[in-house]
Amino acid sequence: MPRITVTVDGIKYEEDVEPRLLLVHLLRERLGKTGTPVGCDTSNCGACTVMLDGKSVKSCSVLAVQADGCDVLTIEGLGVNGSMHPMQQAFHEEHALQCGFCTPGMVMAAIDLLREDPDPSEETIRHGLEGNLCRCTGYCNIVRAVRRGAQEMGQAVRTP
Amino acid sequence: MTIQQEAGREVGRPRKRKEDARLLTGRSRWTDNLSRPGMLHVMFLRSPMAHARITRVDVSGARGLPGVVAAFSGQDFAAEQGSLPCAWPVSEDIVIPDHPPMAVSEVRYVGEAVACVVATDRYRAADALEAIEVDYEPLPAVLDMKQALTADSPKVHEAGNKAFSVKINSGDIEAAFRDAPIIIDRTYRQQRLIPCAMEPRAVLADTDGDTFTVWSATQIPHILRVMLAVVTGIPEHQIRVIAPDVGGGFGSKLQVTAEEVLCLLMARKLGKPVKWAESRSEGNLTVHHGRDQIQHIRLAADADGRIRGLQVDLLADMGAYLMLVTPGIPMLGASMFNAIYKMDAYEFGCTGVFTTKMPTDAYRGAGRPEATFAIERVMDELAAELHMDPLEVRRRNWIKHEEFPYTTISGLTYDSGNYEAATDKATAMFGYDKLRAEQADRRDRGDPVQLGIGVSTYTEMCGLAPSRMLGEANYAAGGWEHGAVRMLPSGKVEVITGTSPHGQGHVTAWSQIVADALGVPFEDVTVLHGDTAIAHKGMDTYGSRSLVIGGIAVLKACEKVRDKARKLAAHVLECSPDDLEFEAGAFKVRGTESQKTMQELAWAAFTAHDLPDGVEARLDSDATFDPENYSFPHGTHLCAVEVDTETGMVKIRSYVAVDDVGKVVNPLIVEGQVHGGIAQGIGQALFEEAVYDAEGNLLTTTLADYLLPSAADLPPFSLDRTESPATSNPLGVKGVGEAGTIASTPAVVNAVVDALRPFGIHDIEMPCTPERVWRAVSEAQEGVRR
Repeated sequence: MPRITVTVDGIKYEEDVEPRLLLVHLLRERLGKTGTPVGCDTSNCGACTVMLDGKSVKSCSVLAVQADGCDVLTIEGLGVNGSMHPMQQAFHEEHALQCGFCTPGMVMAAIDLLREDPDPSEETIRHGLEGNLCRCTGYCNIVRAVRRGAQEMGQAVRTP
Repeated sequence: MTIQQEAGREVGRPRKRKEDARLLTGRSRWTDNLSRPGMLHVMFLRSPMAHARITRVDVSGARGLPGVVAAFSGQDFAAEQGSLPCAWPVSEDIVIPDHPPMAVSEVRYVGEAVACVVATDRYRAADALEAIEVDYEPLPAVLDMKQALTADSPKVHEAGNKAFSVKINSGDIEAAFRDAPIIIDRTYRQQRLIPCAMEPRAVLADTDGDTFTVWSATQIPHILRVMLAVVTGIPEHQIRVIAPDVGGGFGSKLQVTAEEVLCLLMARKLGKPVKWAESRSEGNLTVHHGRDQIQHIRLAADADGRIRGLQVDLLADMGAYLMLVTPGIPMLGASMFNAIYKMDAYEFGCTGVFTTKMPTDAYRGAGRPEATFAIERVMDELAAELHMDPLEVRRRNWIKHEEFPYTTISGLTYDSGNYEAATDKATAMFGYDKLRAEQADRRDRGDPVQLGIGVSTYTEMCGLAPSRMLGEANYAAGGWEHGAVRMLPSGKVEVITGTSPHGQGHVTAWSQIVADALGVPFEDVTVLHGDTAIAHKGMDTYGSRSLVIGGIAVLKACEKVRDKARKLAAHVLECSPDDLEFEAGAFKVRGTESQKTMQELAWAAFTAHDLPDGVEARLDSDATFDPENYSFPHGTHLCAVEVDTETGMVKIRSYVAVDDVGKVVNPLIVEGQVHGGIAQGIGQALFEEAVYDAEGNLLTTTLADYLLPSAADLPPFSLDRTESPATSNPLGVKGVGEAGTIASTPAVVNAVVDALRPFGIHDIEMPCTPERVWRAVSEAQEGVRR
C-alpha cells in the first residue's frame, strides 16, 4: 500500500492508502475532516472542492496518492484564529447559504475565482461558479456574497 | 391581545442567520459525517431490471470477503421488514400494494434493493456487492400510463395498474360547456423530476441492545419514528430518531424509506452501528421522484373572456408502489386548478397509475405547481384565442381584493389577498409595456431572436394543514404543530420546536418571534429541533407549514410562559396581576417604577425561595397550534425570455416576482426562499427531466445527465412584496417555501410560447430544451412551406 505525505489545513499526515482511495475519502474518513462533503459521483456538483497547492480541485476526482507531497486547504482551515475568512463572512452577510451543503465547495471555488480576477463582474462570477451547484439559493445571494468577499479581501484593484 | 402589537422589534427584521457559522466553517453535522465506535458500512445491490421475478439470490460469495461482516438478501428480512407505509388512501377504491423494503420475490423498478453487504468500510462493501449473484426472470416493463390502463397491458401488481380514481364536481359543468363561445382544450405533460437535494440521503442506526437510535437525513423525524415502529414492530418508545443537519429536502426527504427500515433492522441483527450513505447516482434512481402527470384541461369561456367552467382530467404516475403520500400529491392540486379565478363550474378527475418506475411523491409544491402550471398555461391560451393581453384576461376573472374572504368553486375559502396590487407592482417593475413594444418591434423585423413575455398570477394553499381538513381528505395524520419554551435559570431561553428545518432558518426566525413575545434579546434564544428525545412531539417540515403552524405554536407557548411569569411577578411585587403591564421584557406595576424582568423572574422560579401557592418552580410551557384554514400566498411573476429561433436557445432576460406571503418575520429568509423556489421552477421549465428508456432503465442517473440549473443558467431575480396578512393565525403569516417554484414554471413556459406565437406555436413540452424549441420552430416553418 503506497505511503503518502500530505499536509491538510497546516497539519502534516503520513498515511498508507489504497491507490484507489479518493482524496475526499482520505479527508473525511481517515483524517476526520468532514467539513468537505460529497454531493455527487461525477464531479458535477463541486460540493467537495478544496485547494490543492493553492488551486481548487474537486476532491472526489483526485486520488489520495495524487496529493502526495501536496498542501491541501479545506473549508476547516480557512479561518484564522477562530475568525472567519472574509469570503465565509460575506456568505453570512449576504444570506448566501440555506441548507449549507454546497457552501464549503462554493466558498473554496469563489476564493479560487478571485485568483484570476480579483474584482469579478456578476457575469464572471456566474460563469466561474458554473461547476458548483446549489439547490437552495437560486445563486442570487451567492453572487452578491462573492462580490462582497472580493471587496473585503482587499483584492479589488479596479476602483469605481 | 396579540403579542406582535406589543413588541414587534424583532419580527420583520432582516436578521442574519444563527445557523450559518457551523455550516460555513465545516463543522456541520450531516448524517454521513457521524461516526460511532465499531460502525459498519452498508451498501445495497439494486435491481438492473424494471420488472422481473427474482428466482435466486446468493449472497454467500460476499460473506467471506475481506472486511465483510454480513450479507443479506430480501429473504433474510422477509419475516421482519413489514411493508413501507402509505399514509394517504385518497379513495375508497385505492389499491395499496405490499411494499417490502427489500424485494423478496419480484422487482418493479430499476434500483429496487435486492441484497446488501455490511462491511468495515464502504470500499470493501462495494467490492463485495460484485460477489452477489441474482437470477432474474424478466417480466414486461410498464412505462406508459395510457397503455398501462388498457385491458391487455402487462400488470405491475396483480390487482392491476389502476391505483385509484377520484372525481370531484362543483356547479353544473355541462351547462358551463354547453354553447360556450370559447372552449380551450389542451393536454400538458408534467415531466418526471428528480428532487436532487444537494445532500444525498444517509442513515445511521445504532442500538444498545434495548433501544434504537436512527440518525437520518430526513425532513420528518417524528413521523419517521412512528412509522418505523409500525413497520418493524419495534415499540415506539424504544426508537429515537435524530435528523441532524439536513442538506435540503424539497419533499424528497418527506419519506419513510426502505434504507431507513433496513438499517434499523441490520443494527438489530448485528448489534452494531451501521451506516449507509447513498451516492448521487443511487439517489437519482431511488429517491422518490416528483410530478409526472398528464393533464387534460378544458376551459369554457364567454366571448369577453369570462370563464364559465373548467374540466380537469389527470393521469398521475405513481411509479411502482404507493409511498408515504404518493396518491395524495395529485390530490393536493385538486382544489387549485381554479386558482385565483371565479367560475361557475368545476370538475376534477384523477386516476393514479402504477408503472415500473421509481415511485413519485412530494416534490416542492407537491400537486400545486402542476395545477398552477396547467391553469396559467390555459389562461394564456385563452388570451391568445381572444387576442387579448394575458394580464387583461386574468383581471377579468380573478377574485377582486374587496371580495375576500372568498369561497372558490372548489370549496376552499381564501382569507385574504390582493391580486391587483401585486400585479400592478410587478408590471411596473418589469417595464411591461416597454417590453411589449420591443416584442412587437422584433416581430415586425422578423428578428431571429424573438422576445417572449410570460405571466403567472398564482396562488397556493399552504400551511399544511388544519387537522380537520386533512382528516376529511383521508390523510392518516393531523397537521398541528408543537412548540415548547423554557426560561433557563440565567434568563436565557430554550425553545423546542416540532418542525424539522433543513435549510429554512427556523432557529433564526423562531428566535425573532420569541424575542418579541418574551421581550428578551434575540441572542439569548436557542432553538432545539430534530431529535425525538428532545422535541418529543412534532409533525415536521413540509408544505410551507413550519412558520404558519410551528412558529405559531412557539408563539402560543410564549404567551403561556408570560402568563405564568405575570403571576409570579405579581407575587414578588406584591400587587394584583391586573396591575401589571408587560413592556420590553419586564412586568411593571402600573404608575410606579417597580418592575421585575423576565430574567429576574426566571431566577426566582429557579430558586423557588418564595413562590406563591399553586405556582411551580419552573417558567416554561408548551403549546400546540392547529389552524382553522390553510393559508393562501399569492403573487404575480413576470418573465422575459429571448428565444433564438435558429438554435432553439432560450435565455431568461429578466424575471420579476411580487409575492404576497402575508406578514414577514425575516425578509432576508423570505427573499432567499423565493430566489431558490424560482430557480427550481425554472429547472422544470427549461432543464430537468427524469428519462427512462424503453426497457425502464433510468438514463438520467447522474448530474451530468440530469441538468440542475447552474449560476450561469440563471438571471438575477427582481423581487418585491405586497402584504395581505393571513387571518388564520395571529402573526398573519402565510408561508413561503413553495411559492417561487409554483409560480415560476408557468411564467417561463408562457414566455417561451409567447415568443413563438407568430410561428403558430401554442405549446412546447417541458423542459423547453433548445432541441424541443428548435424542432417546434422547424416544424412550424415546414408547415408554412408546405
